[in-house]
Amino acid sequence: MAETYFEILRAGTNSSIQDQGRKNLYHIGITVSGAMDQKIFKISNALVDNNLNEGVIEFAYQGPLLKLKNGSVNFAITGNIDFNIIRKNSIIEKGRCFQNYFLNKDEELDLIYTKNSVFGYLAVEGGFKIEKIWNSYSTNTKAKVGPNNGEKFSIGEKIYLKKSEVKNFKKKNIEYNNSVSTTIRTIKGTNFDYFSKEAKNNFFNEEYQVTNLSDRMGMRLEGPKLENIVNTNIKSEGLIKGVVQVPADGNPIIMFSDHGSIGGYPKIAVIITADHDKAAQLTPGSKIKFKEVNLDEAESLFKAYSKETKSYLEKIK
Amino acid sequence: MIKNISNLGDAALYCDFGKEVNEEINSYVITYFNHLKKLVEDKSIQGITNLSPSYNKLIVSFDLSITNFQEIKNKIETIKILNNKKKKSKKIQVPVCCEEKHALDLLNLSKKLKTSPEEILSLFFSKEYFCYMTGFIAGMPFLGDIDETIRVDRLKTPRVKVPKGSVGLTEQFCNIYTFESPGGWNIIGNTPKKIFNKVDLNNPALIKPGDKVSFYKITKEEYLNWNG
Repeated sequence: MAETYFEILRAGTNSSIQDQGRKNLYHIGITVSGAMDQKIFKISNALVDNNLNEGVIEFAYQGPLLKLKNGSVNFAITGNIDFNIIRKNSIIEKGRCFQNYFLNKDEELDLIYTKNSVFGYLAVEGGFKIEKIWNSYSTNTKAKVGPNNGEKFSIGEKIYLKKSEVKNFKKKNIEYNNSVSTTIRTIKGTNFDYFSKEAKNNFFNEEYQVTNLSDRMGMRLEGPKLENIVNTNIKSEGLIKGVVQVPADGNPIIMFSDHGSIGGYPKIAVIITADHDKAAQLTPGSKIKFKEVNLDEAESLFKAYSKETKSYLEKIK
Repeated sequence: MIKNISNLGDAALYCDFGKEVNEEINSYVITYFNHLKKLVEDKSIQGITNLSPSYNKLIVSFDLSITNFQEIKNKIETIKILNNKKKKSKKIQVPVCCEEKHALDLLNLSKKLKTSPEEILSLFFSKEYFCYMTGFIAGMPFLGDIDETIRVDRLKTPRVKVPKGSVGLTEQFCNIYTFESPGGWNIIGNTPKKIFNKVDLNNPALIKPGDKVSFYKITKEEYLNWNG
């Protein structure tokens, strides 16, 4: 039987395969990468009965238009996505996120755009037939690391599926709260005291706007300038997801999944793990308000975040 | 030794080995890094997801759903490095072509330092360098220390694209761009040698922290005919 695959009729703005990320390679300059919104990435896999770390297609803003060739597939979309399923005879069915669908050969999936958010996910039952690199499906298109030579998907490409057809399709869905929150909780960074009293005040009390210069690597913000009174450079050292760096121009930059493994700008703060997903989903123009929490609070907030994720996953079973 | 351990956010430890950048402090960072890496590989420590050694810091990232700051901190504090015995460092020779086409900043550097290009290159090629760390982009080695008379700051405006293989100088350090990338170092030549091999998944980086690197000059012809 012929292999089942998606033909890419439109690639979308930035569509790539992602999973949880790549571990233990920072020391040679390979960053974690992985899904920008880890919670809904996991939920997409759960909706199609996959292992939670199976590779999925992440897309941003405009998603891809895919045509299924041969066989059939059980898929789910997570995020806040406007999408259509184009059935036989061009009948258009409006898609709903956080539920699974059956797609037959020659039918199409049109992921139109991410509403009020940046990232969405497409998971298929069984996963995509793509080679892992360093034990991960994640793609870092800036560093050209990952499957597909580290490139994003492009028009005309074929994405093969591990499972050629669906045997027993069982409907699954959950109600998901897609609410947007612009309050981002942080812990003071290791260079917090490099900044003037006014800068420290501004950071936690004023609004910082997300600019267009934002991608999987980092999010550049604009707001009241953060004056550095010690040194605008530090000796280069490791970076992690969530670090808020401030270069000499005084505008903060949040590090995300594809950040460089080391950097030399002072770290004013670090976003708590529980808020990584919601920060990643903020669209350009959004106004962020940073709130300070301590380590104990951050750990409790992470427990609450994990509990919430778990309860969604349990509802799917 | 580690002077202070603090938290970097809620899912990483920031181990501070001091303010200065020198081989002695860095070799402690590397010793701790190698020790922890082994514990992770042997699965005798749970939850660590990444280790980032740099000049004088070691950042230990962990999975907050498996462990937490205090647990990892306690474990690291019990590690006793008895003698900071230097591992035998590997010696690596890197060919560099300094033809005008590759030495993008050599003439400007010569003006800035009031030293002839020949003198800059001769000082650069005369030393063996220590690899403090790798990173920023995959496999990029941060080497030092270069001769005091050829030290300069980063370019005022970084290049959007530095060609792959470029050899750059900044402050007391030199580096090699393993991929085309943005960057602000002063470029004095280019190596045809593969410093990072994506295809070799087990051992992709030729130069590792603690290794010794020396450079030697090659001609345009040798550069073009280089194999490997």
